Parts: sequence; structure tokens; C-alpha cells
Amino acid sequence: MASYLELDGISKKYGDKAILRKLNAAFDEGDLVAIVGPSGVGKTTLLRIIDRLEEPDSGEVSFRGEPYSRLSAKAVQKRIGMVFQNPVVFNASVFNNVAYSLRFRGVASEELKNRVLSILRLLKLDSLSERSALTLSGGEAQRVSLARAMVYSPELLLLDEPTANLDPHNVSIIEDALMECNRENRTTTIIVTHNIFQAKRIAKKVAFLLDGELIDYSAVEEFFSSPKDPRTTSFIKGDMVY
Amino acid sequence: MGGFEFLIDGFLKALQLISSGDPLIATITLLSLRVSVTATLLGAIFGIPTGFLIARKDFIGKSMITTVVNTAMGLPPVVVGLVIYLMLSSFGPLGFLKLLYTPEAMIIAQTVLTFPIACGITISVVMSLNPKLKETLVSLGAPGIWEALILLNESRLGLITAIITAFGGAISEVGAIMMVGGNLGGFTQALTTSIMLYTNMGDFDTAIALGIILLMIAFGVNLFLTLLQSRSKIKRTV
Repeated sequence: MASYLELDGISKKYGDKAILRKLNAAFDEGDLVAIVGPSGVGKTTLLRIIDRLEEPDSGEVSFRGEPYSRLSAKAVQKRIGMVFQNPVVFNASVFNNVAYSLRFRGVASEELKNRVLSILRLLKLDSLSERSALTLSGGEAQRVSLARAMVYSPELLLLDEPTANLDPHNVSIIEDALMECNRENRTTTIIVTHNIFQAKRIAKKVAFLLDGELIDYSAVEEFFSSPKDPRTTSFIKGDMVY
Repeated sequence: MGGFEFLIDGFLKALQLISSGDPLIATITLLSLRVSVTATLLGAIFGIPTGFLIARKDFIGKSMITTVVNTAMGLPPVVVGLVIYLMLSSFGPLGFLKLLYTPEAMIIAQTVLTFPIACGITISVVMSLNPKLKETLVSLGAPGIWEALILLNESRLGLITAIITAFGGAISEVGAIMMVGGNLGGFTQALTTSIMLYTNMGDFDTAIALGIILLMIAFGVNLFLTLLQSRSKIKRTV
């Protein structure tokens, strides 16, 4: 049976620099996978390819058995939620920032209101509902961008360093929301992080990416207790020089 | 009578004319407002979406079109007047419309002036938006129309500037409406063309009164739109 999300020989170059090198990976439904690795090894590029913000030079991504070559970018993006490292909020209230995602999908007003309020509660934003999103702190804005991506119950949730530079309070709210969403709704989630402690806290599986290649990919306990590759061990111990 | 006394006397008489509600001055003022407000609205209705499309789409010749629009922002009104005159005159291709020397001809001429202003400023404002805004909308699966509406909303301060600039250009120009309107008394006399006429006739009181009204309109409209801008402006902390 085909995997939920399958990456088959994905390669990508920027100029002469190879970012991803014939990368293969498969993700199961309901997975919460952390992709870890040093900066500049292709983690963000990989997420952008999965969200079809970029196309690979070669290789194929298949989502629920359908190759991307047979799907339009728009069709894929409607089914996937993406949270970027630096949040961008629109010049509107917190409520409307989140509601836009449902309006794009033609959700009726009563259902829209209930779903937005529910997700705002999950991310502890309900008291800020009417506030202009432009006046929020960085952590609050990142929670809004997560709410915006989660509110339409995406079939796949992608997060690119969503808690980088955030304070522990905001990190905790975001991690709790991600785990609850994965547990309750079985939302398949891929989070890119360079924080191995975060990976250990929230992920079910961990993938280690180095120089565009997948070095290690296993269940979280196995990843940390018995890494398959010496480079993984070196990265976990913090000995890796890069 | 000395130079300054002459000016002050003219100014006082002008104020009397304005406060008395002189029907001629009222007619001229209303026509000017009708022509310039309509031309600004038409320029914005066509110019803003065109500017948005030019800014958002990548196509061959985009730089050339942007340069042409930017150049057209400084079109000499008298040249626009000449071209519209030739188009609408009885021997021109649109002569059958019989619009020459009508307020409609004046609106057409001023719309030709306001369109590139609205379009050019929109191109510049939309192109300077944070590219992450567009990418966020794409990743959220926003349909094209929603994407356009949200990006225009994000550009609203700049769009208000476009409208202020277009209206300022329209209400203060004289060359285009003089050529296609003809400055016919009670019919196509606008504030600027009338100021010229009454100055040439030596009726400085009326000319000064019209000048004061023109300045007041320009100031009032700009004040209104600036207040609108201030209300839209929220300190960005993100």
C-alpha cells in the first residue's frame, strides 16, 4: 500500500549548489515527524517542495497515492497547512486572520465562527480575538499563523521552525496544540526544527537531514537511544561541526 | 492704491463674494467638483486594478509597460487636451459622439490624466509589499480574487495616496479642460479655467475668490483622505 506522503528521489539545486540529493522518504497517516539537522541542509526547501511553493529539479512527491505531477499546485495547497518561521499576519483582526482560511474554502458563517473560536481557544488567543493582528507580539503572531493553518483541518500540516526565537510560554502553547491536534484529529504533521529537545518532546518519529540527504529516520526513542549513523550520534551529542 | 492694499482689497471682496453665495461661483465650483471627482473615480476604478495586475503578473515587456505608465504620470495636460480635442472634434474618429465642449469631454480628458497616476502608484505600492504576504496566501490556498482583495487591503495606505495625487492633478490642471471644454460660461467653466478668464478680464475679485475656493477644495479633500490614511495606519509591531 502506498504511503500517505512519499518522496521519491527528490533533488533540488540552487545554482551549482545541491540542496537535496535524490532524497527518498515515506510518511504514514497520523505521523508527527520532526526533521532535524543543522542550518542550510535543505530542511526548509524540502517543506517548500512538499507544499508546492517550489518544484524539485527531479523526483516525484506523491500525496495519498496521487503524484504531484497529476495535481495542480493550488489543489495541493488547499489540502496542506503550512506555517513559516517568520509569521506574516494580515492587516485585520485576529479573528479575521484565522477566518480567512475558511472563507477561502466557502465555509458558512455559523460553522466558520465556531471553528475559528475553537482554534483560538486551543492556541489561547480567544481573549485577543478582536485585536488587530498587527499589534501582536512575535509569539502571538506565530500562534495566529498556526491557528490559520490548523483551522481548516489540513490533511497534512507542515511547520518550518515555528518556535525559533520564541519564549518558553509561546513554545509550550504551540507544542501542546500540535500534539493535541495530532492526537485528537490524527493530523499528519511534519515539523522542521534544529532543536533536538523539541523533537524529543513532541515527535513520534525523527528524520535527520544532512547536506541534502536523509541520514537517519526512525521512531523517536530509537533515534535518540540507538542512532543508525555515527553522524546522527555526533549531531545529537552536539559534537557536529558545521 | 499700493500693491499690498490692492491684494488685501481683492481678498476681502472675494470673501464677500463667497459668503454671499454668488450663483456664478457656485456653478463653476460644482462643475469643477463634478468633473474632477468623476475623473478621479474613473481613473481609480480602471487604474488600480490595472496597476495591480501589472505588479502581480510576470510577463514579457513588464518593465517597458511600467516605464510607459510612469512616464504617463507626468503627461502634460495641454497635450492630453490636444489629443482628446482631435479625437472628439467633428473631423476626428469620435466626432460623431458630439462631446466636444461638454463637461463629459472634460471628464474624459481628466480621466486620461488620472488613470496613469492611479495605475503607476498602485504598481509601485503593490510591488513593494512584503513578498511573504503573497506566499502566505498561496500556501493557505487563497483563490485569486481573495488574494487580490487581501493584497489591495494591505496596500490601502498607498492606494489612498494614489487617489489624493490623482485628484490633486485633476482639480488643479487647466490645459486639458480648457481645450476640450472651451470654458463656456455657465456650462464648461471650471475653477482653473475661470481664474484665467477673470484675470485676463481684470476681474481680480472673482479670480481671487475662485482661487480661494480651489485651494479650500484641494485642502479639504486632502485633509479628508489624510485622516482616512491615519485611521488605517496601525503601528506594526510584527
